[in-house]
Amino acid sequence: MSESFVSLKNLTLAYGDTVAVSQLSLNIRKGELITLLGPSGCGKTTTMRAIAGLLSPRSGSIEIDGTDVTKVPANKRGVGLVFQSYALFPHLSTFENVAFGLRLRKVSNGEIKKRVEQSLDTVELGELANRKPSELSGGQQQRLSLARSLVLEPKVMLLDEPLSNLDARLRLDMRSELQRLQRNSGITMVFVTHDQGEALALADRVVLMKDGLIEQMGTPTELYNHPSTVFAADFMGFENIFEVREGALIGRDGSKISGYNAPSGSLAWRPGVVSLGSGPFHGTVAGVSFAGEMWEYVITSPLGRITASTPAGNPPYPIGATLAFDLPEQFGHQIKGAG
Amino acid sequence: MGKWTTFLIIGLTLTFLIGPFFIIIAAGLSAGENLAFPPEGLSLKWYWAVFEVESFRESFALSMFLAVFGTLSALVLGVPAAYALSRYRLPFAETVKTIVAAPIIVPGIIVGLGLLRYLVIPLNFTVSMALFMAHTALVIPYAVRVVTASLENLRSDMEEAAILLGCTRFGAFVKVVLPNIRGGVLAAFILGFVTSFNQVPVSLFLSGPGVRTLPIDMLAYMEITYDPSVAALSALLAIMSVGIIFLAEKFLGFSRYV
Ligand SMILES: Nc1ncnc2c1ncn2[C@@H]1O[C@H](COP(=O)(O)OP(=O)(O)OP(=O)(O)O)[C@@H](O)[C@H]1O
Ligand SMILES: [Mg+2]
Repeated sequence: MSESFVSLKNLTLAYGDTVAVSQLSLNIRKGELITLLGPSGCGKTTTMRAIAGLLSPRSGSIEIDGTDVTKVPANKRGVGLVFQSYALFPHLSTFENVAFGLRLRKVSNGEIKKRVEQSLDTVELGELANRKPSELSGGQQQRLSLARSLVLEPKVMLLDEPLSNLDARLRLDMRSELQRLQRNSGITMVFVTHDQGEALALADRVVLMKDGLIEQMGTPTELYNHPSTVFAADFMGFENIFEVREGALIGRDGSKISGYNAPSGSLAWRPGVVSLGSGPFHGTVAGVSFAGEMWEYVITSPLGRITASTPAGNPPYPIGATLAFDLPEQFGHQIKGAG
Repeated sequence: MGKWTTFLIIGLTLTFLIGPFFIIIAAGLSAGENLAFPPEGLSLKWYWAVFEVESFRESFALSMFLAVFGTLSALVLGVPAAYALSRYRLPFAETVKTIVAAPIIVPGIIVGLGLLRYLVIPLNFTVSMALFMAHTALVIPYAVRVVTASLENLRSDMEEAAILLGCTRFGAFVKVVLPNIRGGVLAAFILGFVTSFNQVPVSLFLSGPGVRTLPIDMLAYMEITYDPSVAALSALLAIMSVGIIFLAEKFLGFSRYV
């Protein structure tokens, strides 16, 4: 990709003998918002630290805006990072936290005042300029942390699970706030999260990681609708995944249910497409919970554990009820490989 | 344990810890010519007399100098050491910690004798120089320990944030770490000051003509003149230490650090 702005080439990152990320390659376009998604310990933070220059790669290279920055120290790289813990300076006021980087750059006082006030206004903290970080709420601290990096106009902005400490409501607000900021400034952003919904909602492109490798990347709709591996499908909410071999579905108990014509590999169903009430399979309701628009079921069956849902209008099947269900092939998503 | 036994034990402990302090204060208040308890009559004359003794003035100045500058140089060495030990995984970190703690583990008499025998005599170090080194070394363990404790409470990502904003590692230390551990550094200074000022066994070996720390000078004075001025001076010094610790506790929450 010639237009790539940040490019990671065969990055291998390690702590002593532990290899955390191996042979990772990724190209990010200018102005793009990428989310790094993956379970705990898959190497998201490690990758960000390498881009920021806090960790030197064991091998591979990092280019930003056409320059190889692999050997450029963190303080000269022009990369902003918002830490999960915010890492604000407790001894400085909100204003001085934002002014910190500008003062290092020997910007004049008048200019500092102008730029700090402007960026505090952008994140709606203008009123709180004199407070200490300890006197701010979690959401305000997060915005301050963002303003502190953004005021320096970094080439790339990295955010490591910045929303994970916030309550659900604030999280949604901050998510759209971030998106707006990113669109308006056109800044290239890499956003780390282990929340599938957050990753899909924010991103131009989602990079799904597993065990230090990229499992799959693509637009949110590509990932959501066409996960290419069992792991990706599981992460994207296909909760019922079964192997298919020689025209038969293989249950967890090893039973073979014929009548499936998909090529060998796996078939995956979201809970919503499992049909309850009729079908060739039988199971017992082990759990049912109310989720607003639907009932969500956990069903134990000889095939294995099944999750399903029905519209909330209908009365629910009670716990302990035996019921028939179907995994219709036409709604199953095909995946190569058995996971 | 019964209630009365508990009271008895606490009472005895306090008597043995604090009792001598009151005896000294009282002995210094004597109107008589000899150091004695109970005092013979009451007067403040020995408290004034302390300031008249030339050698006390000189040795006080020396002790003050050692306590202030010895502690400062211990901090200059100890703060970076504490920082390095708590932020980096160093080879031989345990060995370094043991060496740093050695001056409080090894009996002072041995440290004093060692410095005298191997620095002052063969290498012609002046006694003042040896004293300065000894007091610096004695305070380093406290400096390292107290500063380490406050560094543990400071998350290291703050320094990384400073670096990403453009600081060098050293800049991040000065601009972000130091301001946030200044309470600990000040606490270490006070602890070091008091330790150094009251130090006896090491200084005992390191005294020469006209070069004596105050506690040693007091010992020497007592060998010749047995009057209550020594008690008065001791009382004044004890009050000074208590005052410093009291202020430190009030303004710094000193007990958090030690
Ligand atoms: N300082 C370290 N020393 C040794 N190993 C580490 C260190 N930091 C991380 N690791 C290891 O590297 C791997 C990747 O860690 P990383 O922090 O990048 O995960 P992550 O994807 O950010 O996880 P999380 O979602 O929990 O933050 C993990 O296996 C972890 O145990
Ligand atoms: Mg992480």
